[in-house]
Amino acid sequence: MTRLRFALIAMAALVLLAFPPTASAMHISEGILPAPWAGLWFVLSVPFLIWGLRDLRIRSEREPMFKSLVGLVGAAVFVISCMPIPVPTAGTCSHPCATGMAAILIGPALTVVITSIALLLQALFLAHGGLTTLGADIVSMGVAGAFVGYGVFKLATALGLPRWPAAFLAGVLSDWATYAVTSFELASALHGNASLSNTFLAIAVAFCPTQIPLGILEGLVTAAACRFIEKRRPGLIASLNQPHGGVA
Amino acid sequence: MKKAIIISALVLMLAALCFGVARRDAKWAGVDETVVEKFASAAGRPPREPLINTDQGDLLLFVFLIAGTAGGFVGGYYYRELFPPKAKASETRSDV
Repeated sequence: MTRLRFALIAMAALVLLAFPPTASAMHISEGILPAPWAGLWFVLSVPFLIWGLRDLRIRSEREPMFKSLVGLVGAAVFVISCMPIPVPTAGTCSHPCATGMAAILIGPALTVVITSIALLLQALFLAHGGLTTLGADIVSMGVAGAFVGYGVFKLATALGLPRWPAAFLAGVLSDWATYAVTSFELASALHGNASLSNTFLAIAVAFCPTQIPLGILEGLVTAAACRFIEKRRPGLIASLNQPHGGVA
Repeated sequence: MKKAIIISALVLMLAALCFGVARRDAKWAGVDETVVEKFASAAGRPPREPLINTDQGDLLLFVFLIAGTAGGFVGGYYYRELFPPKAKASETRSDV
């Protein structure tokens, strides 16, 4: 068994080494969106940020360990969204967002807050996204990713699906929702004389070869994370998803 | 069952490796370059240089390394608070 594990790790290392390290990410870069559109997306993101900060204050007053969970999830979202993954089927790189997983653990509104912090740091220091496009990136990765992931998880568990398949679906669909909204943000600002729907479809289809496999990977990671947490702290996810849930 | 999963994972990784090597023309550009910037440039809105441009030489590798280390440290710190090692967790319980 140990040999098999070693072989698995060695193989994973080989696969990673086979891919050149140059890669970049999905965020909308500085200057791409015209000022009115950049402003609109920023304004749209503000209520979610206020909601998230209020959520943090209320829930951490009720349960002090909640801040530790937010810290852990925030670090995970920051690191995972900095991690370009090569997709052999497309020959390109992109990164998962981890917002579906974050929304299951700490709620969608708070996920918007931690995503905003991660995006701000990336825009400032990692040449990753932009300050003028921060609002659009918050709406696509934070708002769309978190709320779609959370909604899918709640719906799937309400329909009787066990938690880890529900988490898988949440991970997959939160990733795809992020890229669908990015496509819409780009199309709405840049379609010019072409039709909005055609431009949106062209951009969304261009994302597909990379994002379809990457979304599935994100689903697997989300399901694995939920399964791990269920094993290490049984009842945590269930308690977090109660109306007044805290860290069990 | 575990063996079957591990073997399947190995086969999948080998397939990915072979496929990756076969696509030697692939440059592994990010989707920001291949999709976002491509459409933006076609629409006459090419990206501007970031406010703090760390994408120069190996500087970007350095800042990514720092970001990964800092993120890993913060994540590890909170991880130990939430999921303490079993011995420590039982000590904490017996103290209570």
